[in-house]
Amino acid sequence: MNLDTSYLGFNLKNPVVPSASPLSRDVDTVKKLEDAGASAIVMYSLFEEQIRHEVEEIDFFMDQGTDSFAESQSFFPGGHDFIRGPEAYLKQIRALKEAVDIPIIASLNGSTSGGWIDYARRIQEAGADALELNIYNPPSKVEETSTLIEDNIVNILRQVKVQVTIPVSMKLGHYFSALPALAKRLEETGVDALALFNRFYQPDIDLEKLEVVPSVHLSTPDNLRMPLRWMAVLSTLLKVDLGATTGVHSGQDVIKLMMAGADVAFTCSSLLKFGPEHVKTILNEMETWMEEHEYESVEQMKGSMSMKNVSDPEAFMRSNYMKVLSKYK
Amino acid sequence: MKRKTVMIDGNEAAAYIAHKTNEVCAIYPITPSSSMGEWADTWSAVGQKNIWGTVPDIVEMQSEGGAAGAVHGALQAGALTSTFTASQGLLLMIPNMFKIAGELTPTVFHVSARTVATHALSIFGDHSDVMTARSTGFAFLASSNVQEVMDMALIAQAATLEARVPFVHFFDGFRTSSEVQKITQLTDNEIKAVIDDELVFAHRQRRLNPNQPVLRGTAQNPDVFFQAREACNPYYLATPGIVQKTMDKFAKVVGRKYNLFDYVGDPEAEKVLIVMASGADTVDETVEFFINQGEKVGAVIIRLYRPFSIEHFIDSLPVTVKKIAVLDRTKEPGAIGEPMYQDVVTALTEQPDRFSVMPKVVGGRYGLSSKEFTPAMVKGILDELDKEKPKNHFTVGINDDVTNTSIDYDHAFSIHGEDVFRGMFYGLGADGTVGANKNSIKIIGDGTDNFAQGYFVYDSKKSGSMTISHLRFGSDKIKSPYLIGSANFVACHQFVFLEIYDVLKSADPGATFLLNSPYPVDEVWDHLPGRVRKQIIAKKLKFYVIDALNVAKVTGMGVRINTIMQTCFFAISGVLPKDEAINKIKEAIKKTYGKKGEEIVQKNFKAVDETVNNLHQVKYLSAGKGAGNGAGIVSDKAPEFVKQVTAKIMSGQGDELPVSAFTADGTWPTATTQWEKRNIASEVPAWEPDICIQCNKCALVCPHGVIRMKVYDKALLENAPETFKSTKPRGRDWEPNEVYTLQVAAEDCTGCALCIEACPVKDKTDTKCKAINMVDQLSLREPERANWDFFLSLPEVDRGRVKQNTVKGSQMLQPLFEFSGACAACGETPYVKLVSQLFGDRMIVANATGCSSIYGGNLPTTPWAKNAEGRGPTWSNSLFEDNAEFGFGYRLTIDRQIQFAQELVRKLTGDIGAELAVAILNADQSEEAGIFEQRDRVAELFEKLERLDSPAAKQLRTIADNLVKKSVWIMGGDGWAYDIGFGGLDHVLASGRNVNILVLDTEVYSNTGGQASKATPLGSVAKFAAAGKSSNKKDLGMMAMNYGNVYVAQVAMGASDAQTVRAFMEAESYNGPSLIIAYSHCIAHGINMVLGMNQQKLAVDSGHWILYRYDPRLADEGKNQLKLDSKKPTIDLKDYIYNETRYKMLTKSMPDRAEKLLGEAQKAAVKRYETYYQLANAPAKAGD
Repeated sequence: MNLDTSYLGFNLKNPVVPSASPLSRDVDTVKKLEDAGASAIVMYSLFEEQIRHEVEEIDFFMDQGTDSFAESQSFFPGGHDFIRGPEAYLKQIRALKEAVDIPIIASLNGSTSGGWIDYARRIQEAGADALELNIYNPPSKVEETSTLIEDNIVNILRQVKVQVTIPVSMKLGHYFSALPALAKRLEETGVDALALFNRFYQPDIDLEKLEVVPSVHLSTPDNLRMPLRWMAVLSTLLKVDLGATTGVHSGQDVIKLMMAGADVAFTCSSLLKFGPEHVKTILNEMETWMEEHEYESVEQMKGSMSMKNVSDPEAFMRSNYMKVLSKYK
Repeated sequence: MKRKTVMIDGNEAAAYIAHKTNEVCAIYPITPSSSMGEWADTWSAVGQKNIWGTVPDIVEMQSEGGAAGAVHGALQAGALTSTFTASQGLLLMIPNMFKIAGELTPTVFHVSARTVATHALSIFGDHSDVMTARSTGFAFLASSNVQEVMDMALIAQAATLEARVPFVHFFDGFRTSSEVQKITQLTDNEIKAVIDDELVFAHRQRRLNPNQPVLRGTAQNPDVFFQAREACNPYYLATPGIVQKTMDKFAKVVGRKYNLFDYVGDPEAEKVLIVMASGADTVDETVEFFINQGEKVGAVIIRLYRPFSIEHFIDSLPVTVKKIAVLDRTKEPGAIGEPMYQDVVTALTEQPDRFSVMPKVVGGRYGLSSKEFTPAMVKGILDELDKEKPKNHFTVGINDDVTNTSIDYDHAFSIHGEDVFRGMFYGLGADGTVGANKNSIKIIGDGTDNFAQGYFVYDSKKSGSMTISHLRFGSDKIKSPYLIGSANFVACHQFVFLEIYDVLKSADPGATFLLNSPYPVDEVWDHLPGRVRKQIIAKKLKFYVIDALNVAKVTGMGVRINTIMQTCFFAISGVLPKDEAINKIKEAIKKTYGKKGEEIVQKNFKAVDETVNNLHQVKYLSAGKGAGNGAGIVSDKAPEFVKQVTAKIMSGQGDELPVSAFTADGTWPTATTQWEKRNIASEVPAWEPDICIQCNKCALVCPHGVIRMKVYDKALLENAPETFKSTKPRGRDWEPNEVYTLQVAAEDCTGCALCIEACPVKDKTDTKCKAINMVDQLSLREPERANWDFFLSLPEVDRGRVKQNTVKGSQMLQPLFEFSGACAACGETPYVKLVSQLFGDRMIVANATGCSSIYGGNLPTTPWAKNAEGRGPTWSNSLFEDNAEFGFGYRLTIDRQIQFAQELVRKLTGDIGAELAVAILNADQSEEAGIFEQRDRVAELFEKLERLDSPAAKQLRTIADNLVKKSVWIMGGDGWAYDIGFGGLDHVLASGRNVNILVLDTEVYSNTGGQASKATPLGSVAKFAAAGKSSNKKDLGMMAMNYGNVYVAQVAMGASDAQTVRAFMEAESYNGPSLIIAYSHCIAHGINMVLGMNQQKLAVDSGHWILYRYDPRLADEGKNQLKLDSKKPTIDLKDYIYNETRYKMLTKSMPDRAEKLLGEAQKAAVKRYETYYQLANAPAKAGD
């Protein structure tokens, strides 16, 4: 049974890759993921804004109340040299590289053009095997047109690609009017892979406190349909590698994505729920299914049910919607 | 080689040398010396080495007594050791100083000389502390200015090693310790050249060493002690020579020449002043002025005060001298004269031969508590000497209209050179004015050949405080250690100051006046108070305005206007060419913010550029129309004392008050903050009666007592102002004719918004609106002033009608602690206010020195208040270290006098009537109703006693009020309770006497600026715990519970307000010692203060702070005395602590250590809860 696949230029022993999550904050957990069979790992995201905000906040509060009263002209000891950059993240890259043999894909979420470039370069220098650019900026202003947003994404990629030689993937949300067009632009700009999709932050309302509260909802297998459909479409249109994320909980889910045209399947929620060992379960399920159905390799099934390879390509299009509606009636 | 110049203050200069030349420093924070230890600690924390290549150990102790003990021990063990202190701190070191000197142990104590507390505490400077220590056997070496501090610190260190006599090196607190000057820094090579290593080795050789055992500290008997004490004489005789030799060596190495007594002036002077420390620079400067005018005057600057070398002193005087004035910056009531005066008289008497006619010597006092000492006063003294009979034992700088000691002087006399830039900057503490000015000094000092001087004056309030920066720049060395009296540049960074203070009083004719104005350039004139307009016209000021807040807003700077106002200063002051100045500001910005990212640099650059575009000169022709002179500073309704004295201090004219304005014993009236309408909040809470559920939580958390509630007869609303609000009261306790009002004292509010966070309800149609919401203060000021006055006219709620042991009920009671100067959103004052509401009309407070004594007792106005009957808390502060004992003393007196009064009541039963006597003696005062009944009985007793004339009746009249229950409260911070005052606290707890101890636990020394205490938690960063405290917080409550008969409660209002109120009620009702440890969020935690109460909750939810009450009375009921009031931790410790800079900063400076300490602290939190849980759930032990 050959589960090999390739992604971002790496030959991977299987297509199951833990995606960006808190699991990668702990070296031991990453070791467990590797032992369970993960073929690569995407690190938790480095948020430039958060780093800058934290240090600015410290500066602000250290300064609060100073030079106001004769007896207490300051409240904190001097001499602190704060780490203002992504040193902790870079250190974790180095630690993971030391601890495991699978490729380490760093994940960067920048907030300034300087930050994208500088942090990307430093991530490469720290030893990351590849870099995933995590673009996450849901529009909330009427001035932000889709053109501006897409131009910005392409520009970020262009700037980063100039700075680094390691493979670069982009992780996007699905709220684009013309995702295939954007994906094509990114391919032309040099992206090495697309990771689809970002999970959109959806806060909740606390009815007792009448407050908006952050909430994290883990994906369910139902969520698989969205990436599944887009893998089938984009794998037909593009040459770049494709990673599918959201809703990957079982071996069957991975197989479906492979058939739709994905090169790897990212999983996060199922690992948070069942632990790192769940990778092994997914792989076992894949093997069992492939044995039962006499598949020899993942390569064999890749794209076998993409838009171009299915008998009814319209199943992935608007007509599918129509069919569902008529069935419902 | 050109030496490095630095812009530093006196404390940094002293610390620099101490750190370079010592191996150990043991310290304890005290204003104004604290920053010396902090500098040393900072340098050691970053690995800076001394001149021998090792990093000194800097250790914070529990008190100055402890620091001195540690210094003594370290010296005996052979380390080069130093310490830094002032005032009471030096006094606490005296016992060890005798020992250190008696054992001829070389060391230097660096002292920023500060007033010793007498009738009042003062943090400011004079020589009363060093003069108190002058009999210890230490040598005393004085510095007059910042450069001398660095030089003399080294000379003292070198000389002590040779002389073996220990040194106090001192300089004036604040005036020198905190004055920023451009000075030349000594290099390591220079320091090494002055210090003789052989003497260091000799010191080590004398150490206690088991390989060569010796014994020190013997007990001696009458047969030998005397002789042995005299054995040290040769060392003291040799010391002046050694110091002079060291000064000569220093001159050779460095080039600056000093003598034990430096004479300045005409060689044939007939009038000579003798002075020491910063006053010497003023005298020197003034003498030079008069010499240039051909006068025969001079001055002797005393440097080595002890051992006093008569020979060197006499030699320093010109033989021509006829009259001498000795100026002492201290007061010794009852002495023949002040110490230096007596020394000089004695010296002249012992060596009279130098003079053909013995000079006439007078002594005088100046500059107590940093009172200004100016050239005008020096001239006044010289003029006094011209008189045939100059006044002896005079005072200068004040108007003593009681014993007429003061001499007159011409207040307008000034000697400043016209080429000296003299700028005054009025700012708010929070607007960054001082920081910007320190930066300007650096820019000018570093970037030009000019000399620079900066001195910063702060007011007494911790919130909304005003700062005045005094900056001088000039091509010649600046020797003017006094405030600027005539300024050629005045900047007012807050428009509101124009109404309160005479900002332009010191402006020279033709000076430049820069105003931050919310009004546009073409409107500002009409908004100025008439007085200000007249001054501008009369002085022909060049008047510039800028709307700095707006520039800050549009350039993304928020509310920090520092860079903007600094740019204005450089643009129009002419100190530097404008373009050059702007470039230098940008360079400074790059240097300061470069590390923080290009975006912040650019934001500041933009602010600079926009400032230049928005700075306008105002063209004025006539006085014009518009605003008047501003209202009187206090209401006409204020008591006469407040109008005559307090109001003057409030308006910055306290210096003009004569001696007769004051009581002789330091007694002041209470309830004066109500007259100081500070109007410091830009936004204040406004009440929405329709949404409010009347829970009164907003009032409970209000740190300044500005939110009040009353329920009253609706008929009283007849004359209510138009905007006065009321609504139907909730609950069954009220009558149908009654209404409820929540009123905000808008003019007293600091705008902290803690109340908004505490409000639990939201508008159903607009959830951002609560039952109280922050609104613009300016538009509400007038109507709310009327509403507040009307509210005060309504009767207070009958205390008997409310449930005092509930949050809602307690907040219907009148606070007798109001409008303090504590920080906005202070975490301590809500507890203090609560105590005053519950027990204020019968409480007597002992307050440890610290934040609570400053916001509780610092002039001009004080917050402890009175009710309509004139009753209220009576309050005093003794010291920092003795507060528990001080309050215990209250209890001793009250108990004794209750006993005596009861004895007298029994004795006088026949006269006062058996029924009354029995009722008084058997009164049950366990509840407030019983206390009120007893108060009526005692009033009746007084009436009867008035008619009696027996000795017993006279005795009883003076103490009968003790028959009504008093409530003794001992309060202070964790620095007091956990550290310096712990011994006394422990003793008082063990006494079993009925006192209530409130520890306002901020987990750090807040008042002195964030030094670690034993209450500081594991992992938290504080001064002297820069790498995060590595030990657990002391469990004070557990220690107290061990006694078994102490009521102990740990509370956090933000976590459980109901438990807090219950704990206070139970503690006070317990007839024995009670200890309440109250979590108090603090600005020193580096938090968003608005969320202070939320942090309290998280502290409890994480298990860091456990809520409990331990009531010994429960044992009688067969119950476990400990009741745990908080649940098992529900959140991780990190979710609490990483909202606070004191913890979070470590994650950015030492992430690995932060993680390690977090792990340890998390384990400790879990274990702590388990321990308390087990104790609280253990079977009750009978008879415990």
